[in-house]
Amino acid sequence: MKLLEFLKRERKKSASVAKERLQIIVAHQRGQRGQPDYMPMLERELLEVIRRYVEVEQDAINISLDSEDDCSVLELNVTLPNRG
Amino acid sequence: MARIIVVTSGKGGVGKTTSAAAIATGLALKGNKTVVIDFDVGLRNLDLIMGCERRVVYDLVNVIQGEAGLNQAMIRDKRTDNLYILPASQTRDKDALTLEGVEQVLDKLSEDFDYIVCDSPAGIERGAQLAMYFADEAIVVTNPEVSSVRDSDRILGLLASKTRRAEQGQDPVVERLLITRYDPNRVDSGDMLNLEDIQEILAIKLIGLIPESEAVLRSSNSGVPVTHDQDSDAGQAYSDTVARLLGDEKPLRFHQLQKKSFLSRIFGGGRR
Repeated sequence: MKLLEFLKRERKKSASVAKERLQIIVAHQRGQRGQPDYMPMLERELLEVIRRYVEVEQDAINISLDSEDDCSVLELNVTLPNRG
Repeated sequence: MARIIVVTSGKGGVGKTTSAAAIATGLALKGNKTVVIDFDVGLRNLDLIMGCERRVVYDLVNVIQGEAGLNQAMIRDKRTDNLYILPASQTRDKDALTLEGVEQVLDKLSEDFDYIVCDSPAGIERGAQLAMYFADEAIVVTNPEVSSVRDSDRILGLLASKTRRAEQGQDPVVERLLITRYDPNRVDSGDMLNLEDIQEILAIKLIGLIPESEAVLRSSNSGVPVTHDQDSDAGQAYSDTVARLLGDEKPLRFHQLQKKSFLSRIFGGGRR
């Protein structure tokens, strides 16, 4: 039985890799829907400023704009590296 | 009042024009007065797929610019009653289309057609946005392939924001997924996204599935929309799609692996 299982265990199928990649990119795209056009630029510049003081990765910053009724909230999340 | 259907995709080469031609033909064959409009100014091809390229005299841009009347520009299909083609301009640039001009043409056509099928150009620029702007319904043509699925999602974003229905706060454009070039053999071997995965990612209702088929190239070679080839799987799949558009319940076909018979294994597959 063990041998059969071993033979069945193939490399990961390319279609499931495609699905995983698409789920991530589509979720990202949907997050950007309806955002003002300046958001990517704002995100880049904020990252630049933060990087002058702390060494953070390119993807360590997360920025989102939520609108509720008559006010909008700009949310900024920065993951800082471990201290020490 | 006509129902305005845009056939769109974002990505090029996925089968928009083939699908627009096949669906418009199917709608007309079912007795609906239908016009199919090519919005791809500068790169018209719908006339070739419909087999009327030598009968083009005037085009959509001529009508919008007031150089020809609608009845002069529309070409009556030779094979199908109730079917008309409005070709795109081959010489003008894409800025020749205006929102007001397109609106006037669609309003006029709405008076005596049941269905207006808009064949969108690829991309997300002006031409594509004009093709979708006045739509009631959108058929998003998607191949089981990553770039096509991603681009389809971009188009869904535009349909939800850059259309008249969205801007005026009316009921949203009805979004339907049409999967083309589907190969059950490759899906079965795990090397092609399956239809459930595509539906799950895009989260819109499936209106049809067209299998990868030799009949599609055959039909474009001869300028006869594939709907007329009812011996072929693709022709039948487009007929099913049209039936669903008209509200019939049709079970999905051609999405499962065909078990080959002993004889066809020996002599090779039959005509597809």
